[in-house]
Amino acid sequence: MSTILSLQGVNKSFGPIDVLHDINLDVKAGEVLCLLGDNGAGKSTVIRLLSGVHQPTSGQMVMDGKPVTFRNPREAADHGIATVHQFGGTFPLMSIGRSFFVGREPTRWVGPFRIYDRRKANEIAVKAVQNFGITRIDDGDRLVGGLSGGERQALAIARAVHFGARVLILDEPTAALGVKQATHVLRIVNEAKKRGLAVIFITHQVMHAMAVGDHFAVLIRGAVAADFHKGEKTREEITDLMAGGASMSALEAEIAASA
Amino acid sequence: MNRNSTLGGLLRRPEAGAFLGLVAVLGFFAIFGGVTFLLPGGMASWMNVAANLGLIAIPVGLLMIAGELDISVGAMVPFGAMTVAVLSGHYGLPIWAGIAVTMTFGVMIGLINGYMVIKSAVPSLIVTLGTLFAVQGVVLGLTVLITKSTSVALTVTGPAKAIFGDFVMGGQVQVMVLWWLAVTAGYILFVHFSRYGNWIFAMGGDKVSARNAGIPTERMTMLLFVLSSTSAAFVGMCQAILYNSAQVAGGQSFIFNAIISVVVGGVLLTGGFGSVVGIFFGTITFAIVTQGIYYTDFDRNWSSLIIGVLLLCAVLMNNTFRKMALASAPKKVAK
Repeated sequence: MSTILSLQGVNKSFGPIDVLHDINLDVKAGEVLCLLGDNGAGKSTVIRLLSGVHQPTSGQMVMDGKPVTFRNPREAADHGIATVHQFGGTFPLMSIGRSFFVGREPTRWVGPFRIYDRRKANEIAVKAVQNFGITRIDDGDRLVGGLSGGERQALAIARAVHFGARVLILDEPTAALGVKQATHVLRIVNEAKKRGLAVIFITHQVMHAMAVGDHFAVLIRGAVAADFHKGEKTREEITDLMAGGASMSALEAEIAASA
Repeated sequence: MNRNSTLGGLLRRPEAGAFLGLVAVLGFFAIFGGVTFLLPGGMASWMNVAANLGLIAIPVGLLMIAGELDISVGAMVPFGAMTVAVLSGHYGLPIWAGIAVTMTFGVMIGLINGYMVIKSAVPSLIVTLGTLFAVQGVVLGLTVLITKSTSVALTVTGPAKAIFGDFVMGGQVQVMVLWWLAVTAGYILFVHFSRYGNWIFAMGGDKVSARNAGIPTERMTMLLFVLSSTSAAFVGMCQAILYNSAQVAGGQSFIFNAIISVVVGGVLLTGGFGSVVGIFFGTITFAIVTQGIYYTDFDRNWSSLIIGVLLLCAVLMNNTFRKMALASAPKKVAK
């Protein structure tokens, strides 16, 4: 499958503090890349580079074979990179239709005035979300704040896909969700992948990563500590990697011994 | 899709609380003061108050919906009055020149407010608190320096008087009321029917997400600050033209009165929720309470108590309605 976006030897430092060293990652169409790592490993910084919030200190980002720089989130979005944050990045007190089309509102002419086309916005938004299997959403006038966490994620992902995203960055989409809601989101991730999007899935829940991931990268203290494909490592190995070598099984043994 | 036409749908709208509050206040004063305040003479008294306040309350409310606050309007009202009075009264410039300069200054101070809020990370309450005092100081200092007085006379005749500061409809209703109604209609179109209104709500909901969605949040913030300071300068200017004089003091009451009208009108203090119609109702409610008291046997000193209680009730009621709006899952799908 073709590589859409890659990071080549990317470093990032904030003043004297080095946050990322020599990051090399390839993101392919129709593939889920799981970015794993403990808190503070640099996952968020990688996302911010990809989504245009920060720029690399050195090294380069390549998109479709050409070097690119995103000076701001808008430029990244124009290149088809969409980021969905933990809480969906949506507006709790706005209606589903309005929230879906924020910044890209459909309008129609009424006499001399160009007005917001509520009916069209609601119709498209509801249909887009339902296409991702969330059939419980059927009224575009409902407020986003009334949706469950999983439904909000679905709305945000459906929105990104609708507006032509090619690379979908999901920042801890399942972290705040219950088990059932999380499986909903994972199903949607899989659906986005089937539609040919490149998905970057950030998580520290190994179970969720293994359920949908094709390709895994583990970050430790700002460097890629491991880069492997589906089936190459077991869950225990990945967990141990993420904890930076401090073996979870060693802890288990220790607790068992003291009991 | 016709959910908004049902009673439940209406109750979930931001202006629901404001409307019920208005009905309650109307009922209260109709019982204790008779219906005279609903007759033309009585209506004029609160309509005039509502118009002056409403022209300021709506842009202040829009800023609040967008997650900002502008309290410098309290200084912009005397600023507008004094600028036109000094230019066209003291110096005797043509009134249209005075009006043009006053409005230009209104726009400029709005730009300064907006620019400082965008460029510094300081909350707009503090930034506009600064401009509130700075503008008050400039108005007092310059007026005394130029005119050796704190009150300046201004005589306006002809079309400028008729357009900005006269009485219409039998001589009791200020022409400001027509401005207020027309401008309110314009705001309703802008906020609830154009796409830009959506941006204001998104900015108040989550500024970072709004920016990431491609909304020019900085330009919108500047625009809203320009609207509020220019509106306040406009109100002050019209008052000076109406009353043929301008004072350096006064205007501070607009700060709290506008915020009360906005909150009673169902706007969420933390942003992201509200409506122009709600602010409109909130302003009328406020005006009726302050003016309606004259038609009752109560001592007017009690009107602040009523306003305080009204504000608390409005906030509690609006919270309830907002929770209802959030919780409104379509019953028909529940399985």
